[in-house]
Amino acid sequence: MRLRRELQRLNPDENHFRLLGVPARFELDADALERRYRELQREVHPDRFAAASQAEQRVSMQLATRVNEAYQTLKSPLRRAGYLLALNGVDPEFETNTAMPPEFLADQMEKREALEAAAAAGDWEGMIALSSELRLEQDALLARIGRQLDASEWAEAAATLRQLKFLEKLGEDIAAAEERMES
Amino acid sequence: MALLQISEPGESPAPHERRLAVGIDLGTTNSLVATVRNGIAVVLNDHDGEGLLPSVVRYFRDGRTAVGREAEREQARDPRNTVVSVKRFMGRGLKDVAHVENSPYDFIDSPGMVQLRTAAGVKSPVEVSAEILRTLRLRAEESLGGDLSGAVITVPAYFDDAQRQATKDAGQLAGLNVLRLLNEPTAAAIAYGLDNAAEGVYAVYDLGGGTFDISILKLSRGVFEVMATNGDAALGGDDFDQRLFCWVVERAKLAPLSAEDTRLLLVKSREAKEFLTAHGEARISAALSSGEAVDVVVTQREFQEMTQPLVAKTLGPTRKALRDARLDVADVRGVVMVGGATRMPHVQRAVGELFRQTPLTNLDPDKAVALGAAIQANVLAGNRREGEDWLLLDVIPLSLGIETMGGLVEKVIPRNSTLPVARAQEFTTFRDGQTAMSVHVVQGERELVSDCRSLARFELHGIPPMVAGAARIRVTFQVDADGLLAVSAREATTGANAAVAVKPSYGLTDAQITQMLRESLDHAREDVQLRVLREQQVEGERMLAAVEHALREDADLVSAEEQGAVRAELEALRKTLSCTDHRTIRSAIERVNRVTEAFAGRRMDRAVKRALAGRRVETL
Repeated sequence: MRLRRELQRLNPDENHFRLLGVPARFELDADALERRYRELQREVHPDRFAAASQAEQRVSMQLATRVNEAYQTLKSPLRRAGYLLALNGVDPEFETNTAMPPEFLADQMEKREALEAAAAAGDWEGMIALSSELRLEQDALLARIGRQLDASEWAEAAATLRQLKFLEKLGEDIAAAEERMES
Repeated sequence: MALLQISEPGESPAPHERRLAVGIDLGTTNSLVATVRNGIAVVLNDHDGEGLLPSVVRYFRDGRTAVGREAEREQARDPRNTVVSVKRFMGRGLKDVAHVENSPYDFIDSPGMVQLRTAAGVKSPVEVSAEILRTLRLRAEESLGGDLSGAVITVPAYFDDAQRQATKDAGQLAGLNVLRLLNEPTAAAIAYGLDNAAEGVYAVYDLGGGTFDISILKLSRGVFEVMATNGDAALGGDDFDQRLFCWVVERAKLAPLSAEDTRLLLVKSREAKEFLTAHGEARISAALSSGEAVDVVVTQREFQEMTQPLVAKTLGPTRKALRDARLDVADVRGVVMVGGATRMPHVQRAVGELFRQTPLTNLDPDKAVALGAAIQANVLAGNRREGEDWLLLDVIPLSLGIETMGGLVEKVIPRNSTLPVARAQEFTTFRDGQTAMSVHVVQGERELVSDCRSLARFELHGIPPMVAGAARIRVTFQVDADGLLAVSAREATTGANAAVAVKPSYGLTDAQITQMLRESLDHAREDVQLRVLREQQVEGERMLAAVEHALREDADLVSAEEQGAVRAELEALRKTLSCTDHRTIRSAIERVNRVTEAFAGRRMDRAVKRALAGRRVETL
C-alpha cells in the first residue's frame, strides 16, 4: 500500500529537487535536505519490504536507489551546481573548454609545484597549509557560483564550475599524496 | 464466560503469531544465534547452556558430521577432516588463502572457490558453513518452538561480492530464508546504539577470529548511517595464534611437524594467547606424536612484541576510514570494541592511542554482533513495534568497476556509496563493425584489472555494426541492500540486452582484497606510470587499426610514394607497442599522425562531398 502511494508520488522523470522537496536553487537548507532524505528512505528503503513480495522488493530497491542518487547529488555543492546547469540545458564543457583566466592558471601551477615539493620533502605542515588554502579558495568559488546560478548567469556559472573541477582534482591529488606519505 | 476477541484488520491478533526471526553471527572461530524475545535480544544457548558454537565441522567416512564443541575437541586427532576457520575460504581461490602451509587440509584449487577433500567427499566452504548454519537453525527452532520465518546473517563489512554471495548461498543451503546480509560492525552498532540511546559519530573496531573491520557511523534520531568502512578480510585472532605458533616452533627448535602436531600446537598457542590477556606469562607444553616434548614459557611482553605488527596493520585501514568519512579523530564520540580479539590489552591500547580516548568495552565482544542481527531480523520479519522506527543506511566497502581496453579499470561505483546504489556508464566500440562486446566486472581500488578481484564476465551481442566509437552501450550496476551486485547492459540505439547475476563461480582469480588495498597505496606511483603506458599502447593499437582501415578504403587518395612512407611509420609504431616507455610509443604515434595528415585531409574532403551529395538527393 505504502509503496504504491510512494510510486505515484515519485515520478521517475521528477527531478532531484522535487523528489527531495527542496527548491531548485543552489542555496539550500542542508538540514531540511537531510531530514527529507531520511523521511523518504524510511518509507521506501528495502528494509521496509524484506517480508514483502519480490515485485515490491524490486520497486523498493529502485526507489531507494533513486532517493540515494538524488540526495548524493544535491548534498555535494559541486554536483549540485553541475546538476542545476544540466537542468537548465547548459553543458559545462569540462572536456572541450579549457579557457581559464591566466591568473587562475598561474595560481594552480604554483599550488601544484607546492604540492610536489611538500610531497617530496614529506612536509606535513606544507600539505596542511596547502589544504586549508585550497579549502578557502573552494569556499570563495562556491559562494560565487551560488550567486551566479541563483541569478541565472549560466555561462558565468559554467566557467566557475570548470575552475571548481580543477580545484577538486587538486584536492584529490593532495589526499593521494597524504596517503602515500602515511604509508 | 469467554468473550469474542476481534482485532483491527492488519494487526496481529495475538503475540504468538509473531514471526520467528533470528540473527546469526557466522564467525571465523565461533558462531551464535540470537532472537528478540519479549522485546529483548537474547543469545540462544544449546543444551549445555553454551551460546557460542565453535565454527568447526568434522566429516566422518560414513558421511556423518559433527559440528561445534565435539568437533573442536578432536581436531588435533583428525585435522584433515576437521575444518576450522572455514570463513577464511569463503569466496576465495587457493592462492588467496593465508597460512596454506600450516593448514592440514587437502585443498582442491577449483575455479572460483577453493574446495576441501574430506573423508566424506569433496566439500566447498559454502557447504561447510551451511553445516554450522544448519546446527544453529535447529537450535533456534527447538528453542523457539517453530519454523523460522527468516534470518539475518552477518558478514564482515569488508567482504566483497563473492564472499557475500557465498555466505548467502550457505544460508539458503542450510534451509534459511535469508532476510538480509548485515555488516558485522553495523550489527554491533545497532546493539550498542539502541541500548545506550547514543547520538553522534561512533567508530566500531571489530577484530574477529579471521577478519578486521572498521566502520564509522553517524547515529542520530534513530538513523544508523554508515559514513565509511574499511578493513582487512584476512586479518584476525587466527593470525596472532599463527605468530605465536611460529615463535614456539622456533624457540623449541622443532623439526617440521605433522598435521596433527601442527593443529595441537596451534590450539595450545591460542589457549596461551587467551591466558595472556589477564596474566603476565603463559606456559605452552605438549607431547608431540614425534616423541618430542614442548615446554616453553612466553611472557605477555614477548607476545605483544611479536604481534605488534598485526595490531599496526589495523591502524592504516582505520585512518583511511576516517579520511573517507572526512572526519578527524576528535569528531569521534566513542569507539566500540567488538570481536574476541579486542580483548587483548595491546589492541585496546593501540586503538585508545589512535582515537585519544578509552575504547568502549561494555558490550560482550563475542555477542554484540549476533544481538544486533537479531534486532534487525525482528524488524525485517515484520515484527516492528510502535516506536521501533529506526533506519539503517549502509555502504559498499569496495569500489566496483569495469575493464576497459588495456586492462584498465573504469570505476563505476566508488567505495562507501550508500546502498542501494546504481550507476550507469556508457561504453563504445573499439573497432569498425564490432558487433559483440565482453563486459568484465571487477571489485577493488587499484587501477589495473589484474590487481582487482574479478567478479564476472558477460557478453553483449547484437550491437549494430557501426564505425568505431559510434555505438552507445549503457552498462548498469545495481547493488542491493545486501551489498550484492547485478549488472545489465543495453545498446542505446537498438536496445540489445544482456544481464548477469554476479556469482562467485564466474571466475574469481586475483589476489586478496586486503592486499589489493594495501598495495594500492604502496604502488600508487607505479600504477600511474603503468596506466599511462597502457593508455599509450591502446592509443597506438587504435591508430594502427584506423590508418590501415583508411588505406584500404581510400587507397586511391594516396600516391605509392606516400603510401610507402605511411607504412614505414606504421611498422615503426607496431614495434614500439611492446616497449615499456610510454614516451617512445607516444612519439611513434605522433609521427604516424604527421605522415598521414594530408591523407586524412583528403579523406575528410571526400566524406564531406559524399554527405553533401546525399543531402542533395534527399532534398530533391
